[in-house]
Amino acid sequence: MLKEGQVRIPSGCAISGIIDTSGLLFSGQDIINSIALMRERSNGLGGGFAAYGIYPELADKYALHVMFLDKYAQNSTEEVLRRFVDIRLSEPIPTRKHPGVTDIPFLWRYFVSPLKTDIDPDDTIYSLIMKVNESIDGAYIFSSGKNMGVFKGVGYPEDLGEFYRLEEYSGHTWLAHGRFPTNTPGWWGGAHPFALLDISVVHNGEVSSYGANRRYLESYGYHFGLKTDTEVIAYALHLLQRRHHLPWELAASVLAPKTWEQIERLPEEEQELYAALRLVYGHLAMSGPFSILVGFDGGLLALNDRLKLRPMVVGRKGTRYYIASEEAAIRCIQPELDELFYPRSSHPVLIRVGDNESVQGIQEGKSA
Amino acid sequence: MKSNYIPPRYKVKIDRDLCIQCGICAKQCGFEAISFKDGVVKADSRKCAKCLRCASYCPAGAISIEERNERIGTGDYWSSQVISNVIRQSATGGILLGAMGSEVKQPPYFDRILLNASQVTNPSIDPLREPMEIRTYLGGKPESVQVAETENGFRLNSEVPAQVRLDVPIVFAAMSYGSISHNAHLALAMAAEELGTLYNTGEGGLHRELRRFGQNTIVQVASGRYGLDIDYLNTGRVIEIKVGQGAKPGIGGHLPGKKVNAEVAATRMIPEGSDAISPAPHHDVYSIEDLSQLIHALKEATQYQKPVAVKIAAVHNVAAIASGIARAGADIISIDGFRGGTGAAPVVTRDNVGIPIELALAVVDQRLRDERIRHRVSLLVGGGIRSSADVIKAIALGADAVYIGTAALIALGCRCCRSCTTGKCSWGIATQDPEKVKRLDPYEGKTRVVNLVKAWAHEIKDIMGGMGLNTIESLRGNRLHLRGIGMTQKELDLLGIKHAGEGA
Repeated sequence: MLKEGQVRIPSGCAISGIIDTSGLLFSGQDIINSIALMRERSNGLGGGFAAYGIYPELADKYALHVMFLDKYAQNSTEEVLRRFVDIRLSEPIPTRKHPGVTDIPFLWRYFVSPLKTDIDPDDTIYSLIMKVNESIDGAYIFSSGKNMGVFKGVGYPEDLGEFYRLEEYSGHTWLAHGRFPTNTPGWWGGAHPFALLDISVVHNGEVSSYGANRRYLESYGYHFGLKTDTEVIAYALHLLQRRHHLPWELAASVLAPKTWEQIERLPEEEQELYAALRLVYGHLAMSGPFSILVGFDGGLLALNDRLKLRPMVVGRKGTRYYIASEEAAIRCIQPELDELFYPRSSHPVLIRVGDNESVQGIQEGKSA
Repeated sequence: MKSNYIPPRYKVKIDRDLCIQCGICAKQCGFEAISFKDGVVKADSRKCAKCLRCASYCPAGAISIEERNERIGTGDYWSSQVISNVIRQSATGGILLGAMGSEVKQPPYFDRILLNASQVTNPSIDPLREPMEIRTYLGGKPESVQVAETENGFRLNSEVPAQVRLDVPIVFAAMSYGSISHNAHLALAMAAEELGTLYNTGEGGLHRELRRFGQNTIVQVASGRYGLDIDYLNTGRVIEIKVGQGAKPGIGGHLPGKKVNAEVAATRMIPEGSDAISPAPHHDVYSIEDLSQLIHALKEATQYQKPVAVKIAAVHNVAAIASGIARAGADIISIDGFRGGTGAAPVVTRDNVGIPIELALAVVDQRLRDERIRHRVSLLVGGGIRSSADVIKAIALGADAVYIGTAALIALGCRCCRSCTTGKCSWGIATQDPEKVKRLDPYEGKTRVVNLVKAWAHEIKDIMGGMGLNTIESLRGNRLHLRGIGMTQKELDLLGIKHAGEGA
């Protein structure tokens, strides 16, 4: 039996996200309750969460969440870590026993800062992750942003939320994922969210263009350890947003491009821009069904595929936005909503923390 | 005297009960194999090329062309064909010439590749209900897009080099005026215009009457430089430097003087009746750096308004050569495979030199990716593309678009009798005989070529929808949607695909 990473496993899913644009921190209990409602959309073979704003006292350190299959892998990893970063704090990720969560790897977290100051610290951490995940058997860094963390594993998401004691954390942005893989993944690495630095991705769907997208990214040096859609989405966004400095809205438009007909109906200046994006980044266009939630430092991006082949609904109450696969998963935690809408196909919904004026794409993304 | 007798390959059978003695067959036959005298139809099977013009036009359906089984010799290794060749060469002392692509029994990789479809975990897409985009842009691409913020959004803040839009990822392959007729060229030019794609002048220059199709024309710069001046370059949409051809890698070309009539001569800018010899190499391209200079000279001459392509034959070291071409500044790399067509090629070259396009394409695409320059260039491949399935497989292996030559000629009437070298083509395609050229109605020909490509486009969309894809970019290089069958591991590795039965 091959484990995930050696084989590509299609999955169905439930996704949920909550963000408070005022920056107010709130407990993980809401997101657990939301994803729990969609239990039938997952099959107990994977679940996870991403939380932003949870480590305020160590906000300037990269928080590395690592799973180890054995102590030897941990020792090897720590040797590598000490060569590249200063470890401010090293501790087990707090968990509690849960009957629904078994076959648990060692789960550890390190709060670090790069030793070298003459190169972009993000680049150091990126190289470190690639090095550990590619070369150390039995070690896997699954979370690497600042003041954020990914918590994931094999099991139902709500069970994993309790296992990781998420109700004890407070964050301003939360993502959750319940997975329905067709095969057993064999280990915890393939669970979602998939994260690289502060970018975390949960996704419901199957990217039919995976092969084309992946081969394009491979020629930029990305290594595909898991063969999942979320991995390819996260790397694509990393390339577009971090290395090529495209704004999130346009990065989203690369993933779910406007049709050529739509482009031709735009004003001339926009035509030029969107045509250039398709010409240059056509290989990152994603075909097939998907609804994606992307968390990043300061906000959240929601995106549906070009044909809206997967469900996604957005609700708002005051400064708090809720995005989920099903309306019920929002109503169960916030029955009274100020508004509710279904994002249109390929129109990104971008919600940022701390700037209520710039909730971009919300209006555009609303369905008529 | 030693005998040069070789038994004729075909037998022209005329059903005397059906024949109405109209004489149309004799009039239509380009090879003088049928005569009509005093109300009697007579056939000389030795001259028959099996072009099927007579049978196609016989109003009584009285003609059939049968293959004769009469062999020379008794073996397989010393086959009838091999023995015939030896007899021919011992009679003439000459190089054997052949027309059309090679038929030698090498593995047909396209036929050993199977396509994928969606089931359950992702839905297939109905091309009749949803947008299904097969539009393709050829041209060099920059590494990234830079944008600047504006009051109400963003604007483009970087340059994109000249691109050419193809509404279907199918382009008509290079066939020169001289090797094919004016009406054949006109039909292809009109079809390219209607389809929103390109046709290719080949190395014979561009007839003045066809200059109005410039936006749908690839103008070729070949070693003979026929018909080449600044107007020619400026008229075309794409400039293609022809280094090699799949049917005859490593050698030049030769259009016999008898095909160089006044129009061909004027178009090629050579004296009427003179042989048009294309040297094997370009005499200003003896190295990769020379090629780079030529590419840039052509770009300078045309103000960087036209993508420059370099066409090579698929040879053993094709991956490294293609990589060099990309680095030399080409925007498009055209690769012509082992089965590429020709109006005339030495049989020894055609049947023995080069490699199949499937393998060449796969290794070139992979090499360019390994070197991180694949996204800079477009890949245009040809040499044996027979159907929409071949197109889809080529694109999934990594091509941006494909060239079709033989298939387009079949749409115009060609019945693949492999007699292009004779100049006697009964269908008015591979001939300059004005009486024969007239037979090809360019408007009807255009319609048939357009029909063919539209039919393929429908099929491509259907298959893409089945795969769950709705942009051609998502198919390009997407080898996960391909599986090989009946191949060795080495072949699978070179093609970069898994064997049928293996999962993702």
